[in-house]
Amino acid sequence: MCGTCGCGKGEVLIAGKRPQRFASSAPTRFRAVAKPSPASFKVEQVEQRLIHIERDLFAKNDALAAENRRLFATRDILALNLVSSPGSGKTTLLVRTLQLLKDKFPLAVIEGDQQTENDAERIRATGVRALQINTGKGCHLDASMIARALPQLELETGTLLFIENVGNLVCPAGFDLGEAAKVVVLSVTEGEDKPLKYPDMFRAARLMLLNKCDLLPYLNFEVELAISNARRVNPDIEIIQLSATSGAGMDEWLGWLHHASTHN
Amino acid sequence: MHELSLAESVMQIIQESATTQHFRRVTRITLEVGELAAVEADALRFCFDAVSNGTIAEGAALHITPISGLGRCNACGATMSMRERYGLCEQCGDPHLEIIAGDRMQVKELTVE
Repeated sequence: MCGTCGCGKGEVLIAGKRPQRFASSAPTRFRAVAKPSPASFKVEQVEQRLIHIERDLFAKNDALAAENRRLFATRDILALNLVSSPGSGKTTLLVRTLQLLKDKFPLAVIEGDQQTENDAERIRATGVRALQINTGKGCHLDASMIARALPQLELETGTLLFIENVGNLVCPAGFDLGEAAKVVVLSVTEGEDKPLKYPDMFRAARLMLLNKCDLLPYLNFEVELAISNARRVNPDIEIIQLSATSGAGMDEWLGWLHHASTHN
Repeated sequence: MHELSLAESVMQIIQESATTQHFRRVTRITLEVGELAAVEADALRFCFDAVSNGTIAEGAALHITPISGLGRCNACGATMSMRERYGLCEQCGDPHLEIIAGDRMQVKELTVE
């Protein structure tokens, strides 16, 4: 069990099925290897040696992410990694976005959640292809999960692929999936200091969507403070204020997507 | 963050090294962990104990060497130590600091039998 975020062992399921092989950070079972019994130490001297390994722990995920990125590039696919806390309104925002874009782009969605197909079903109701990855007790998607999911989606050239990560502002920051950009969603029902509390994520994101802005009249949320906190952590972060419910700001977001897809 | 995944990656590196370097038991593992890598040493130890149980690394001493965060200012080129992933340049005050050390984690050495 991860001491920080509560992630732990659990079965990864892609579209409800266990993937054929586990790699990278997917739960791994190791076979017990026979150890020398204490008695054998008495009769034989065991020689110890020091070996230099110098292998980076993120290297494997980074290599798989580079592979995904290469695949996206060959098919002119814009892949975006959507990250946020649970309850920021990510899925509602995505559903609204897909409804507005579905006649303009080929679209596909990969949904990451610990459990249930609920989010993928919400996406499919818009008519867009969606694949659900259940991470079991895992707290984030990793590049190998995406690599194993991609063949099932059969993405056509020019697809706009949204990867909705597990709701978690900590772990997904550290795992490159091969995306063109991370888009972090912060809702105004959260604190203005979220960027300072979770700097890794806001630092890693290219764009911050400030969501649920229709609720601002009812809240004591200082938009300028939230923006200045985000820019303290990431001076270059782009910011769009919007509301998936009222539709305010959606044009700017769609404009960002158009620009990103043509400059990918 | 994600210490369980990292502990599993450490174990995977050990298993792969056991095949190529021909050893049957690991007694000590030296890891270098960047102070900006957002890895909790205690959580990592806890997770490693769990994933190494019943393997060639069961009971191995886990030695964690912290690596200090180091940044370089993209504006003036000054280098400085960093305690957080963001901040202002000590020389010119610019906020565009690039992390040049202390945000990675690696398996450095193994003592094996």
